Amino acid sequence: MTTTSRKGFAAFISDCARWALTGGIAYKLYLAALFGLIGAGIYAYSQQFQYGLRITGMSDIVSWGLYISNFTFFVGVAAAAVMLILPAYILKDKDLHKVVIIGEGVAVGALVMCLLFITVDMGGPLKVWHMIPGIGLFNWPSSILTWDMLVLNGYLALNSLVPLYILYCNYHGRNPVGWKYKPFVFLSIFWAISIHMTTAFLYQGLPARPFWNNPLLGPRFLASAFAAGPAVIMMVLIVIKESTSYPIDTNIFKKLKRIIVASAIINLVMLFSEVFKEFYTFTHHSLSAQYLFFGLEGHNSLVPWIWTAISLNILGTLLFAFDPTKCNPKYLMVAAISLFTGIWIEKGFGLIIPGFVPSPLGEVVDYTPSILEIMITVGILAAGAFVVTMLIKPALVIEMRLREQAGAAGGGE
Amino acid sequence: MDFSKKKEGRMQTEDMPEKKSSRRDFMKKMSIAAAAGSAGLVVGGCSGTPATEKMGLKWEEYFKKHYRLMTQEEKDATVTRLERLAKLDRGIDVQMSNQGPHEQVLFGYAFNISRCKGYMDCVEACVKENNLDRRGKTQYVRVFEMDPGQLDPTAGDGQYHHEVPVKNKFYMGVQCFHCENAPCIKACPTKATWREPDGIVVIDYDWCIGCRYCLAACPYWGRRFNWGDPEVPKDEINLNQHYLGNRMRMKGVMEKCTFCIQRTRKGKLPACADACPTGSRVFGNLLDPNSEIRFVLANKKVFRFKEDLGTDPKFWYFMD
Repeated sequence: MTTTSRKGFAAFISDCARWALTGGIAYKLYLAALFGLIGAGIYAYSQQFQYGLRITGMSDIVSWGLYISNFTFFVGVAAAAVMLILPAYILKDKDLHKVVIIGEGVAVGALVMCLLFITVDMGGPLKVWHMIPGIGLFNWPSSILTWDMLVLNGYLALNSLVPLYILYCNYHGRNPVGWKYKPFVFLSIFWAISIHMTTAFLYQGLPARPFWNNPLLGPRFLASAFAAGPAVIMMVLIVIKESTSYPIDTNIFKKLKRIIVASAIINLVMLFSEVFKEFYTFTHHSLSAQYLFFGLEGHNSLVPWIWTAISLNILGTLLFAFDPTKCNPKYLMVAAISLFTGIWIEKGFGLIIPGFVPSPLGEVVDYTPSILEIMITVGILAAGAFVVTMLIKPALVIEMRLREQAGAAGGGE
Repeated sequence: MDFSKKKEGRMQTEDMPEKKSSRRDFMKKMSIAAAAGSAGLVVGGCSGTPATEKMGLKWEEYFKKHYRLMTQEEKDATVTRLERLAKLDRGIDVQMSNQGPHEQVLFGYAFNISRCKGYMDCVEACVKENNLDRRGKTQYVRVFEMDPGQLDPTAGDGQYHHEVPVKNKFYMGVQCFHCENAPCIKACPTKATWREPDGIVVIDYDWCIGCRYCLAACPYWGRRFNWGDPEVPKDEINLNQHYLGNRMRMKGVMEKCTFCIQRTRKGKLPACADACPTGSRVFGNLLDPNSEIRFVLANKKVFRFKEDLGTDPKFWYFMD
């Protein structure tokens, strides 16, 4: 690998771009597949842009669908980077410090997805400037949506700039200066909690929707995020371990596993608490939960999804909790995919759609996303994967090189 | 209906010709900046095909301010542009008003559940008056058929399609309740929806970004979204429009009942109340002690839908 250090920011960027785009045939195929999916998504979005949101499966009754479901879930994935940042920077955990950059890369990718999901969900994306303070009218502090916009963009900035600074220093073969970035690391820890609490407050603050108007929603968002997020990070780590020469210690998997198990169990306890409240004394406010778990007035499109989700949730939690293989990557991959998919369905679809059914006037309809809607969603997921790849690949090269230099100099870290 | 300010509406229309010239001056200034487009505003003016004129007008429309931040001149200018655009786009001669609220007026509505027979003339009148999308079958007003023993529309049937009245059933109409403490207004990230001083909750369609958070926040399902471009047959378009009311909406924005702002600010009844053959719908000025609505509130047993949410709607139900 050509890793001769050149000076300056331009060299840093051009080297990163070069490292990001070069790779074997499998890597090139992977990138081509992502481009294909992104292209299909762009085509589908052009249709939506032209004809309006009527090309989706949404209606005046179920007025948020696949886009906002995925937005909600990926805010959690973004927030979960804190589960690596906290031990790595604050508790000085050396194992996790080696992979924290990967967690931050995943967070940036997740945030890009969130912002894209919000944008495609808008009826008037060209009017976004109406929200920019100064030239538009920003309904802050009244509207929680404005809070969410602030925290999401702030978190994106924190999670881009801190790793950028650290990598930039490492690229030039020096260690980053603590006071220049540590305060922002501290800030990003609180910020991570706030992005997910704020996103929960979007829903939690609406008495119109009893299914969401529940004080447990925010904490449960956090618990499920701290299970699903590290599961995503673990999946990325396994891919890196299997397909590159970047060393990833088994200890890292052990620690991640511990975080996931703790969060997943708390999440299941809260889920049980919610289910108890809905069904022990069945009120009018439990109709949404009935629609979700058992179907209502003959409408039951979510029932198979939620039971799949709960099964995967429990299965994933058990696989992580009782790991007979002692962190075999393939085993962990299965567990991570299972838990991730379970929480994805439950917290996306399973949370957003029942909030709208039955409608405030008691009407029950089913929601099925349209093909174009799914294409746009998949396109955004591919864009997120692309961003994560573009960030992590050069980061790993820089980190490897720094480690080799340190090794050559004869000293440890 | 008896609003003492009835004349004002008329006066404003009479003022129009005079205002137009000052509007033109104003627009001329603007046109220096916006080049091609605004020249078209000076009707029969110098440059441009309809296509470039349209582009220029749309350009200016895109960069205009929030309605509430506009001066009266700017409000007049945008109304003129929209009238011209309606002519260019659809070939119709729209009369668009931007009439503001009257002093000492607070609108309120009461619905007599013992009189309503479920004929749905109100729904039809509303659809026509407010240029509602025919393809998506948008309705601001819904009527629910109820069984005895219930007073909650959520228990009723909002899809009934049979001869009415049905024996032993009663009917409840719902629409936007124009809450004093409206959750939708609080939710909007761009302040594109607000409550006017006369109590009407309105939307600046051009400012709405279409996030639909207000729709999620409304406990009465009082809001509708334009999933596509609304379709109204050209000869059915109501040409008497209001900027905050029944002017043609576009895809990707919210809309809702405005108590027929284009009618009520001129002292007329909303179309639904006007059309009701049974006299179940009472509309009027809550600040006028002699109004019918005040009589109903003072002398009938009234209740409101989902009172427990503290939204303070300006819409009451009552029985004879």
